[in-house]
Formats: sequence, C-alpha cells, structure tokens
Amino acid sequence: MGLVRKLAIVAATVGGLFAFNQAFEFGVGDFQINPYYARIINLVGINITLAVSLNLINGLAGQFSIGHAGFMAVGGYAATYLTVFHGEALARLVGGTVMSGAGSVVVMVLSLTVGALSAAVAGLAVGIPSLRLKGDYLAIVTLGFSEIIRVVILNIPAVGGATGFTAALPITNFFWIFGVALLTITIVRNITNSTFGRALGAVRCDEIAAEAMGVNTTRHKVQAFVISAGLAGMAGGLSGQLFANPLSPQNLNFVKSIEVIVMIVVGGIGSITGAVLGATTLTILPEALRTVDQQFPGLRMVLYALLLILFMIFRPQGLLGRKELTDLFRR
Amino acid sequence: METFLQQVINGLSLGAIYALIALGYTMVYGVLRLINFAHGDVYMLGAFAGFYLANALGLDANPSVLWAIVVTMGSMAICAGIGVLIERLAYRPVRHHPRLTALITAIGVSLLLEYGGQVVFGATPRFFPQMVRSETYAAGGVQITNQNLLIIVVALVVMLALEFIVHRTRIGKAMRATSYNLSVAKLMGINTDFVIAFTFALGSALAAAGGVMVALAIPRIDPLMGLMTGLKAFVAAVLGGIGNIPGAMVGGLVIGLMETWLSATAYSTYRDAVAFGVLILILLIRPSGLFGTAATEKV
Repeated sequence: MGLVRKLAIVAATVGGLFAFNQAFEFGVGDFQINPYYARIINLVGINITLAVSLNLINGLAGQFSIGHAGFMAVGGYAATYLTVFHGEALARLVGGTVMSGAGSVVVMVLSLTVGALSAAVAGLAVGIPSLRLKGDYLAIVTLGFSEIIRVVILNIPAVGGATGFTAALPITNFFWIFGVALLTITIVRNITNSTFGRALGAVRCDEIAAEAMGVNTTRHKVQAFVISAGLAGMAGGLSGQLFANPLSPQNLNFVKSIEVIVMIVVGGIGSITGAVLGATTLTILPEALRTVDQQFPGLRMVLYALLLILFMIFRPQGLLGRKELTDLFRR
Repeated sequence: METFLQQVINGLSLGAIYALIALGYTMVYGVLRLINFAHGDVYMLGAFAGFYLANALGLDANPSVLWAIVVTMGSMAICAGIGVLIERLAYRPVRHHPRLTALITAIGVSLLLEYGGQVVFGATPRFFPQMVRSETYAAGGVQITNQNLLIIVVALVVMLALEFIVHRTRIGKAMRATSYNLSVAKLMGINTDFVIAFTFALGSALAAAGGVMVALAIPRIDPLMGLMTGLKAFVAAVLGGIGNIPGAMVGGLVIGLMETWLSATAYSTYRDAVAFGVLILILLIRPSGLFGTAATEKV
C-alpha cells in the first residue's frame, strides 16, 4: 500500500470520526441522541480498546493475565493527573482552554501519551516476573500486581484516594474514544500479521518448541505485555476523563479485569473481531437486562453469571472462535 | 515483647482461617489443576448456612458450645453438598475443555454465588448470633478471646484430620493417585469422578467451617465477604506451593501473621496489598511456591 493511499485512509478516518462526533454532540437536524445511549456507545468504545489490547496477551501470546484493570488504573490516573494539574498550563501554550479547541486537543493527546507510557512502564514491571513464571503462577502474579496498584492508589490523597479521582475534567468524547479503539485494532492487527506476531503465536502453541526454533520467548512475552499495558493505559485515560465517570479504586479491582477477560472469551479468544464483538455485547447486555432488574431487583447480574457458565459449557470457543471478519474477504 | 506475642496470637487466628480456606483451593487444584474461584464464595455460604441454622435453633437467646458444634457440622454438611453440586453441574461438563474454559466457568460460578447471594440473602450485612459467650483469657499480659482460641483449635484439629484422610485412608490414597495422574488413576480402576466429588465435598466443608468460625469472631456477614478473603486464601495456597497440603497451612499462617503485623504499624491501609506483595517476592525466588516441586516440562 502506497504512502499516499495510507495517508488518505487516515485522513478519511479522522474526518469520519470528526463528523460522527459532531453528530453525536449536536445532533443531526432535529434528531438528538439520547444521552443514556450516547454514554453506552462511549463505554463500548473504551471496552473495545481494553478487550483488543488484552487479546494481545491472552489470545495471541497465550499468556494468562488477570491484571488488566491495574494497567488501566495506572494509565488512567497518570493521564487524568496530567490534565487536572498541568492541563491549564499546557492549553495556554497553544492559546486555548482545556475544555475546547486546540487546547483540548493538545491536552488530550499529551494525557493519553503519558497514560500509555506510564502503563507501559507498569507492564514492563509485571512482564519481567513472567521471565520465570508460567500459567497459573503468572496469572496470580498479574492479579497481585493489579491489587497492589489499586491499594497504592487508594493511599494517594492527591488523586482522591478511596473516593475516586472526582477532580477529573470531562474532556473525553466520541472522537477520542473511537479514534483510540481504531488505533488499538490497527496496532494489534498489524502485530498479528507481523514476524513478531507469528513468534508470539509460536510461543502460545508451544513455548519450548518456539524457543528451540530460535524465538526469544521471554523478550517477546515482555514486549507483548508492555504494548498491551500501554493500550490499556490509554483506555484508562479515556475512561477517567469521560463525563461523570471518575476513576475510583473500587471500580478498578479484579472484577474489572475479569470483565475484560469475559469479553474476549465470549467473543472468541485470539480473534480481534471476536474481542470487538464481545466488548460490544457484554457492555450492552447488562444495560439491556436493566428492565429485568426493575421487576426483580438484583436478578440482572445473576443472569449475566448464568449466561457465562452456560456459554462455557456449550460454546467454549466463544462466538467466533479464532475467525476474523477479514477472513470473509480473503482470496 | 507482650505486644509482639499478642500480634502473633491474633495473626495465628487470622492465618488459621486463611489456611482452612486455602486447603480447599489446594486440594481441588491438586486433582483437577483448576483454580476454583468459587471457593471463597462457598466460605461465604458456610457463614450464611450457620446463620440460618443458629437462628432456627434460637441460639442467640441461649448460647451453648454443644449446639455451636452442631451448627458448624450442619453448615459443613450443607456446603459439602453445594460443593458437589457445583462440581457436577458446572465443572464436570468443562473438565475436558481447555483449562482457560474451566477457569472462566469457575469465575462464572463465583459471580453467580455472589450476586445470587445478594438476591437471596440481601446485600446488607447480617449479624451472626453469638453462639458462644465471649470470654477473654489473660496470661502474662497477653489476651486471647475464647473465639480466637476456638478458631486455632478447630483449624488444628481439621488439618490433622485432613492429613489423616489423605495419607492413611483408602479414599486418601485414591485422591493422591488422581492428583498424580488422572487418566492413569482411572485405568487402575479408581472411580475418579467420585474422588473429584469427594475432594470438592471435603474442601467445601473446610471452607464452611472457616466461615462459621470467622462469623463467631467477627459477626458481620455479607454476600461479598468471600471475595477478598477467598483471594488471599488462594494466594496462601500458591505461596505454599499449590497442590501441597502442608504448604497451604504454612502459607495461610504466613499471610495471617504478616497482615496482623502490618495492621499494627503506620501502614495499616496497605493491609490488603501485603498478601500479594509477599506472594510476588516469594514467587520471584521460588517460582513454584515454598513447598511446591518444580515441574519439568516435556515437549
């Protein structure tokens, strides 16, 4: 694909996202989107980023991580911290405010970058123990790290401690959420089709055989962790700065990590399309079940859990297995 | 010195609870290589079963040690049944699927018990009736309540009983054989389905005993009480080397002692992190836990 064509695709995507964003915020003609639906769509976008990024570790590299919420927390808190405490100064550099125009673009890009980088550093810290640990032990270490991150955040008063980071400015919108989601999908897809991705696939299938074939397994695993954590950090940065959706240590516990795992498993572990589908379904489903909740309080989550078990018993490979949407167009 | 001893006693009683629950994790992992995430919730169900039994017997008005034992036994029996039911309905159908599938099923069962508990028992905490009158003994400046003493004694008795079952009985031998190699055990004529069901019953009964004991000492019970305790007990099992019974006991005690010790310092808010911190440190030095044997991998 030529450079011109690539640039054209990027420009068209950005334009399309911008147009959607305008429609989203100001409506089309008399039609105005219901704020409740708008919120769910935004959450779908954030969860797509989370699910697709986790798919890199759990699906492609075959390592079992249950600490994704920890990376999301690191990135989210770092990004939000930057916006809240330095956003004003940064926006002034380009002569705008945090909430609108060029200022908001600069602040958003910088805060997401900082979020991604800090989460990637956390990913490196978690990835290094994976040099020695395998399977269940690795899983429990990732869980341990994410719990430690949560407790540490709980003890930092500057970011709100147990009450959550309520000082956050709501600068996230449709454009950024789906921009990052598309970026994540593109990155993970390109990795899957690259030499690096093939090597990760080899590690998943048989680590010893992969090593014998000359794949530097530990280095590849750590790299996968770092990239996945960085992407999750961006999702955290978006989530923390979404309107009336402050980050709080209670919501970033291991239940959140489990939610993301369930998304990729239901969609079909190892498939990017599956991760997108799973994230979408499992964000909308609990909301759709809210009507059940009004008649029988609390039954919604019981059904959700039951559905999960039945799914595992009757369709363990998930909705799509390892299939991709692009398989349909393969010549 | 006295404060130190006091910390040790408090830590031992907390650690004994973790050890009781960790045993269930480690036994199930031993035979099935499955992290039974729902185990912490079985512990919660044990506390609730005890709550309803004790109320039905009217123990709040007239506490007695004898009836407390009956309630504990009853709760253990109920949870043993629940454990077998969970294994039969949720885990057996996915036993031959990839391990990730079984793990997610376990997570699903855990969520089901937690949210189901909130629907059935209500989300607000309940107060466990005082089945045994609280008394405090003091010796050499160290104080111990009879409930804490009871926890330590019960845990000790149960662990000895478990050691006996696993190493001195027929079913124990079958359990060890199944844990060593499930398909070969089957070929040798062992009814592995029964052995696995028995393991679940045993583990769940231990968790129920833990639940009732905790409820005696800290009488606030709620449907989510098993979440954090279960997680830490699991960490205790991994710490000792998962699949290893003495390891689970030592792991539970280590975590209990560390946590109590940290609670007394200025860093008490980091209490929930200490279990994981210790775990990561130990796994970095000994990747298969304190007593676990390193498995060599074959191609």
